[in-house]
Amino acid sequence: MPEGRAKTAALLVLLATAGCAATPDREPVAPTPAPFASTYRALPSRATLLEHATILTGDGGRIDDGAILFDQGRIVAVGANVAAPDGATIVDVTGRWITPGLIDVHSHLGVYPSPAVEANSDGNEMSAPNTAEVWAEHSVWPQDPGFITALAGGITTLQILPGSANLFGGRSVTLKNVPARTTQAMKFPGAPYGLKMACGENPKRVYGKKGAAPTTRMGNVAGYRSAWIAAQKYQRDWEKVRSGESDEAPERNLQLETLAGVLAGEILVHNHCYRADEMATMLDLAAEFGYRVTAFHHAVEAYKVADLLAASDTCAAMWADWWGFKIEAYDGVRENIPMVDAAGACAIVHSDSEVGIQRLNQEAAKAMAAANRAGIPIDEARAIRWLTANPARALGIADQTGTLAAGMMADLVVWSGNPFSVYSRADQVYIDGARVYDRSDPARQPLADFSLGQP
Amino acid sequence: MLKQTLSALSCALFAAGACLADSYAITGARLETISGAGTIQGGTLVIKDGRILSVGTNVAIPADAEVIDAAGKVVTPGFTPGYSTLGLEEISLIDETVDDRHASDRFAAAVDVADAFNPASSLIPIARIEGITRAVIAPTVAAWGYDGGGRISLIAGRGALIDLSGTPQSLIRRSVGLFAELGEAGAAVAGGSRSVAMLELREALTDARDYANRRNAGWLERDRALSRLDLEALGPLLKRELPLVAHVHRASDIRALLRLAGEFGLDVVVLGGAEAWMLAEELSAANVAVILDPLQNLPASFEQLGARLDNAALLDAAGVTLAFAAPTPHNDRNIRQLAGNAVAYGLPRDSALAALTLGPLRIFGLDANGGTLAAGSIADVVVWDGDPLEVTTFADAVFIAGEKIPMESRQTKLRDRYLDLKRPLPPAYTKP
Repeated sequence: MPEGRAKTAALLVLLATAGCAATPDREPVAPTPAPFASTYRALPSRATLLEHATILTGDGGRIDDGAILFDQGRIVAVGANVAAPDGATIVDVTGRWITPGLIDVHSHLGVYPSPAVEANSDGNEMSAPNTAEVWAEHSVWPQDPGFITALAGGITTLQILPGSANLFGGRSVTLKNVPARTTQAMKFPGAPYGLKMACGENPKRVYGKKGAAPTTRMGNVAGYRSAWIAAQKYQRDWEKVRSGESDEAPERNLQLETLAGVLAGEILVHNHCYRADEMATMLDLAAEFGYRVTAFHHAVEAYKVADLLAASDTCAAMWADWWGFKIEAYDGVRENIPMVDAAGACAIVHSDSEVGIQRLNQEAAKAMAAANRAGIPIDEARAIRWLTANPARALGIADQTGTLAAGMMADLVVWSGNPFSVYSRADQVYIDGARVYDRSDPARQPLADFSLGQP
Repeated sequence: MLKQTLSALSCALFAAGACLADSYAITGARLETISGAGTIQGGTLVIKDGRILSVGTNVAIPADAEVIDAAGKVVTPGFTPGYSTLGLEEISLIDETVDDRHASDRFAAAVDVADAFNPASSLIPIARIEGITRAVIAPTVAAWGYDGGGRISLIAGRGALIDLSGTPQSLIRRSVGLFAELGEAGAAVAGGSRSVAMLELREALTDARDYANRRNAGWLERDRALSRLDLEALGPLLKRELPLVAHVHRASDIRALLRLAGEFGLDVVVLGGAEAWMLAEELSAANVAVILDPLQNLPASFEQLGARLDNAALLDAAGVTLAFAAPTPHNDRNIRQLAGNAVAYGLPRDSALAALTLGPLRIFGLDANGGTLAAGSIADVVVWDGDPLEVTTFADAVFIAGEKIPMESRQTKLRDRYLDLKRPLPPAYTKP
């Protein structure tokens, strides 16, 4: 699925590029590489069997005293009894737990890096309410020390989003959490792009203060609708060129290219939205223009409309307990994530924080425990979905990572104990089968350039 | 004292059913006493008239006591953030609801947060049902939650100790400390340089000393940097009646603070202290405590380059008294998660429990009758359904000054309203 999406995206880009010429070439041609393409290469790995672990598979399964074998970057087998091929490294991890590598769908690492100085603050292009033309990857600083502390917390994949100042904040990028010199070398191969949208207080505050539109929530919605109308026209104009109905290719427009990518289903919408009523409005907006909201982010009031989320097959990415920092976050409850899950919707725990991302497992643990106290029975095997399979789904990479099954990327974490305990830590983190972090092996503890030679 | 005589009155202010008994016996629990008695397995704790009456394994239960079977549970003193803005801030971005930051002068020593404290804040029940029973509240310091758009002062004002009963009597003590801003933010207030910030602070303290010495002689012959009220407010600091709590991170800034303390004979406390571990021995020798967020491990600024997860462990090992502070008052309830993580990175469990209970009271000189499970102590007591440092544990019962509080908050009511979305009438008709 992601591969198909990537191909269509490449085609769209090709068409758009052709638009610069007077007459578009309508003959089928080999797709040119997408710009800023991923140059990710897995780090060196070897065939490895981890045995005698408690394994949470990420899709609701649990195997006690289980084993997992991976080779050439992919999982070969997971189960109670797995035989190791000749030459494989065999590690007895008795007493430890294994989960899929954790996935954070909402991070600003690299675009709001540490140290948080103005000169490196590159997450919000606050110059216009619609900046669908900007791409987060062009702001990502791969030397952000936060990537490495997140890795030590078991994060193997993360989506870097633009901030929420704008109605359309720009494109996100999904990264493999490997230390690299370039952002391209971190880009998750084949992952679809996302588009950051934002509801509510932030856009109207940022632009209202400048005396520009939007200054109200109704202004927000008018802004989205006008943009989608323009995107529909752009899409139609290109379709006419493609079908031969017209020779006149529209001028390439980065902003409309991204929006048209959403309408074509190739770019996934990640919508910052707190209030229940606004989520319902945004679902209707999506229906009006024929796109899907892949996930609402923050969604502090998702529990009030969990049934709507389930019916529309929309994910909600939430904090365990953040609330009250603004009025649209005033109605937070500890049970938000499990209430969304219990309604049959896709529930995700996210961080939006360089601190929270280091222990997403603890955030899930708090929500799980709150659920059980409130009479919503949720065990570890179910709760781990919130930070593995479900975010993988929201990023369009669920067929690659987020669950432990044969053929999947060998992205996994060996925990010192139950990952739903405050005392447990990620002992080893594997990405595509490579041991990219090991708490007991200084040779496998990367250090950012910025941190080198510091106290 | 006054508090106890008022406790019966305050009892009436809780929701109905909160005050069924004046006396409680918690039995069969693991008691974490935070005292010489250590941990008592299978112990009984009796609460009567707002105080802990007795603690131990062989304790008489008063005939009128409500007995709470706590077999398999853990009982601790109530938890206390060492720094908070509870009751001073409702919604951080709604200025009208925020009183912990102000746009007044560089020096606001006379500002007393107790005058703004709102015991009816919705944050208070949300925190107390999770075992937070007291808090040291103070003006906002920079980079702790919202920085208020630069609205900070070198000396931001005086903090207070509150309990979380929500009653009008919950202000326990005014003026427990003077809160100051040094380091990067202090430099910004002083025009861009740490040197100037220290100079201005020194000038203010010198003036306050002169003022204290000579005010009876009608001395006021030249303009001072501070107002008369601010000069008076600095007086108790010079007499070591309260500490100067300085928000500092960088090791060199902490050293500068220690020098200042030596010069003027001040009691000081480090708030923040990302690099405090580098001076653990010096801080211990000078009897300087640290109030910290132990999750700070990133070089979030150039004054926190040495931040690390075992900061609390290293300070404790050197004998420094610790307390914890969460990033926002809305999640003061998470200080036990902070403590649990500090334990995961080497802090002994007993030290973590002390930093949640007795530590903050000791730092502010308020430990005479609280922060422990000992006979005679004010009965701030929490019954936990497991290890209180664990993220999957919750409080079963919470007592504040001997009153058993209702285990509900605006959040539990919202949850209960929306637990069933299939009711025939809209949620507005469900009023838990």
